[in-house]
Amino acid sequence: MYGMSQKLQHLLWRFGFGPRTKSWDNWASLPENTWWPKLRDESLAAKPIYFDVADSAVKGLLMGIGEIGKMERKDLDAADRKEIREKSRDNLRSLNLLWMEEMTHSKAQLREKMALFWHGHFASRNINILYQQQMLHVVREHALGNFGDLMRGVSKSAAMLAFLNNQQNKKKHPNENFAREVMELFTLGRGHYTEQDVKEAARAFTGWGFRLNGDFVFRKTDHDDGTKTVLGKTGKLNGDDVLHILLEKKETARFIVRKTYKYLVNDTLVPEDRIAWLADRFYDSGYQIMRLLEDIARSDWFYAPENTGNKIKSPVELWVGIRRALPLELDNPESQMVLQRALGQILFFPPNVAGWPGGKNWIDSSSLMLRLRLPQMLFAQSDLDVDTKDDDDQQMGQSRPNIAKRGFAAAVEWQPVLDLFKKTPEHELTTTMAQYLWAMPNPKPPVSILQQHTDRSHRASLVKTTLIQLMATPEYQLS
Amino acid sequence: MLIKRRDFLKSSSLATASLMLPKFLKAFEAPGVLPFKGKTLVVLQLSGGNDGLNTLVPTRNDIYYKQRPRLAIKQADALALNSECGLHPSLTGLKSLWDEGQLAILNSVGYPNPDRSHFRSMDIWHSASPADRYWQTGWLGRYLDAQCAGNAPTKGSCSSVALELDDTLSLALKGEQVKGLAMQDAQKLHRATRSPFFTAYSEAHGPVHDDEAPIDYLYKTLAETLSSAEYLFQQSRKKTLAATYPNTSLGKSLKTIASLILADTDTAIYYVSLGSFDTHVNQGGQQKRLFVEMNDALAAFAKDMKANGKWNEVLVTTFSEFGRRVSQNASGGTDHGTANLMFFMGGGLKQQGLLNPLPDLGDLDEGDLKFKVDFRRVYATLLEGWLGADAKTILGEAFEPLGVV
Repeated sequence: MYGMSQKLQHLLWRFGFGPRTKSWDNWASLPENTWWPKLRDESLAAKPIYFDVADSAVKGLLMGIGEIGKMERKDLDAADRKEIREKSRDNLRSLNLLWMEEMTHSKAQLREKMALFWHGHFASRNINILYQQQMLHVVREHALGNFGDLMRGVSKSAAMLAFLNNQQNKKKHPNENFAREVMELFTLGRGHYTEQDVKEAARAFTGWGFRLNGDFVFRKTDHDDGTKTVLGKTGKLNGDDVLHILLEKKETARFIVRKTYKYLVNDTLVPEDRIAWLADRFYDSGYQIMRLLEDIARSDWFYAPENTGNKIKSPVELWVGIRRALPLELDNPESQMVLQRALGQILFFPPNVAGWPGGKNWIDSSSLMLRLRLPQMLFAQSDLDVDTKDDDDQQMGQSRPNIAKRGFAAAVEWQPVLDLFKKTPEHELTTTMAQYLWAMPNPKPPVSILQQHTDRSHRASLVKTTLIQLMATPEYQLS
Repeated sequence: MLIKRRDFLKSSSLATASLMLPKFLKAFEAPGVLPFKGKTLVVLQLSGGNDGLNTLVPTRNDIYYKQRPRLAIKQADALALNSECGLHPSLTGLKSLWDEGQLAILNSVGYPNPDRSHFRSMDIWHSASPADRYWQTGWLGRYLDAQCAGNAPTKGSCSSVALELDDTLSLALKGEQVKGLAMQDAQKLHRATRSPFFTAYSEAHGPVHDDEAPIDYLYKTLAETLSSAEYLFQQSRKKTLAATYPNTSLGKSLKTIASLILADTDTAIYYVSLGSFDTHVNQGGQQKRLFVEMNDALAAFAKDMKANGKWNEVLVTTFSEFGRRVSQNASGGTDHGTANLMFFMGGGLKQQGLLNPLPDLGDLDEGDLKFKVDFRRVYATLLEGWLGADAKTILGEAFEPLGVV
C-alpha cells in the first residue's frame, strides 16, 4: 500500500468527488507531477454521453408536434400537459440518479465536478424533463470548455428561457427577468450594471424563445430592433450582441473566477490579488475554463494548509464521496432522493436562480445529525427515518408518490476497503484510515474514543467499524 | 475493551441509550442571560397557496359568486362574522375565538411583483427579501442572529429558541450565525442524538468558543444539538397534558408545542406547516379536510393554553405563500394567485376582528387580488410588537408596524 498522501486527497476531493478506494493504490503509485495531468486528461478523453431519460410519450408530445409544424403550446391540451408533468416528475428522478451514478463511477471526475458547479451557477427549476436533460447536456459538454460557449448554450436553452420568462419578453411588453439574471447572476454580479442597462438589454433579448421540442427560436416579429445602449455600447443590439458585451467586460471574468475559486479552493478566504491574477489570465485566454483550472491546480497555494480540509461538502459531494470510498449498491436507489431532499440539495431543483448558497448554509442541527448518522445507517441497513417537506411546484397539490421509499439497505463491497488497509498494523489503523478519509493536512483523530466505539472482535470488523465511525464525524464533512 | 457488532450499533445513534448529560454540555446550561421574556409566537404555514376567498368568504359579493359558480361557499353555510363575510364552515374553532375577541384577520397581504411559483414565493416569504433579490437567510433566523449575539439562553442552546416541528429546517429559521432547530417531536430527536459515540466524540473535542472556521462551526452545531435535544426531551416530559389533541399531524405538533410552553421552555418561536393547499383540482374536499385538521388542532391548543393561563402570552399566526385566483378553473379548483389573508389568534391581541377591508373584487390585476399590506409590515409587527426585537435590523429596512399586537 502506498502512503495516504494528503496532497492527492486534496486534489481528488476538490477536482472530483474524492478518492475511489478501488483505484487509490494505482493513483498513489504514480509520481506526484502526473496526478493533475491524469485527472485532466481522463475528463478530456471522451465527450459526455447524452443522458436521454425522457419518456417516449413526452418526446412524442413535444417533438412530434414541433416537427409537423403546428403552433406552440396552444396545441397541447390540459391532458397532454398533465401527462408531460407527471412523466417529467418520474423522469427527472431518473436523470438525477443517472447523473449521480456518473459522478460516482465516471473517470471524468473533473468534468462532472465542474458540471455540478455550472449546474448551480446556471440554476434553473423546470419540471419539463426534455428541457432539463437538454440543459444538463449543454452544461456537461462545455463544463471544461469555453465559458462563452457555455453561457450562450445555456442562454438559448429552453429550460433557462422558460425559467426566466423570456418567452414572454416581447417588443410590446418587455420582461426583464432574463436580462437581469444574466447580468446579476451569470456574468457581472450586482453593482456592475444599472437598471437602465437591464431595461435596454431586455429589449435586445425580445424575441428569444424556444420551440416545443426545446430548440431555440428567434421570433423576429417579437423583437425590438431599435437602438439600445447596454453598458456603454450603442447600436441595434440583439441578444447575441449583449452576451458579447458582457464577455468583453473584465468584471465577468472576475465574477466567474471568484465563484470558481470559492467552489474549488476556499469559500471564505478569497485573496483579491489572486483573483485578479487568475481573472486576467482567464480573460486573456478568451474564457477558456481549462486555463483557469490549470492555473489553480498547478499553483502552490492550492495546497496551502489554509485551503485544505476546510470546505463543507455539499450533500451531493458527501454522498458521492461516501460511495466512492465505500463501494455499495443500494437495494432501492430512489432512497437517494429522500437523502438529497433531507440534506437540502436536490439536483435540478436549486432553491432559486442564485443556486445553492453552500458553506455553512448546508449545516443546521438536523442536516448535521443526518450527515453524521448516514454511515451508521448504511452499516445497520436501517431506514432513512426522516420525513421531508413537500414540493408543491412538483406535486401540484397531490400527495407525494413513492413516499415510503426510504429503505437504505445496500450491498456493501468491503473487500477493497479491507485490501487497502491489509498491511496497516492495528495500532496505526485509526490514524492511517483517518488520513485516507479526512481531508485535513495532518489529521489527529481521538484514537482512544474511536477505539472504544469500534468492534474489535475481528480484524475485518475493526476495519469496517473504524471506517464507519471516521465517516460519522465533523471532520468527514470537510473536503 | 471489546465490543461486538450489536454493541457497536448500540453505541452509534441507532439505538437508544440512556446517558448522563456530559459535563461540558452542561456548560451550555450555565446561568446566563435570559433575553426571552415568555412571549411565544407560533407560526403556522399553510403550504401550497391556501385559497383565501374560500377561507374568509365575501358572502355579499356578486363577483365572488359569479366567478365561482361551482366553488363558492353559500352565504348560509359560511360562519357569519358580520353582514359582509363569514368563515369557511369548517373553521368553527376560529369562529369561537372571533366571538371571544381572540381572532384578528388581515386581508390582502402580499408583496409587489408577486411570483407564482410555490418555491420562489415561499422563498420570498421565508427570507423576507424583495421579490427581485435572493437572500440566503430567513427572517426568524436573523431574529436568532440578533437575539443570540452575546446572549445565551439559560437552557438548551440558542438554536432551540426557534423550533420547527419537522425533520428538516425551513429557510425561515436559518440565520447567518444561528439556525433554529428542527424536530418532529422531542423523543425522535432524542433518539437520533443520544449516541454514546457522538457524545463521547463531541466531549473529547471540548467546547468551541469561536465558530468562524468550518470545523469549529460543525463541532459547535453538534454540541448544541446534543444539548438541545436533551433539554427539549426533558422539558417535553415535565408536564402531563390534561387536554386531548386530535390524532393528526398538526394535532401532535401543537401538543408537543403545548407541552414545551407549559414547561416554561426557553423557546420563543414555534414553526409548523400544514398542506398541501395547492387546490388546482377538486378544491372543496381538499381544503375542507385540511381546515378540519387545522381547526380542530388549533381549537384544542387554544383551549389548553387558556386552561393553563398561557393564552395571553401566545400568538398564533398563519400565512400562505400566495392566495389563489378569483375565478375557479375548469377542474373544480383554483390556480395560483397573489395576495392573501393572515390570521392572528391569542389572548393578548390589541386589535380584534377585521383589521382592514375585504379584498376589492372589482379592482383586480389580471384576475388577481391586489395586495394592500406588505407582508414585511406584519413581520415588523411581530418582531417588534410581540418579540421585542429590532425589526429594522432583521428586515433590512423599516416597515410601519400594524397595531394588532
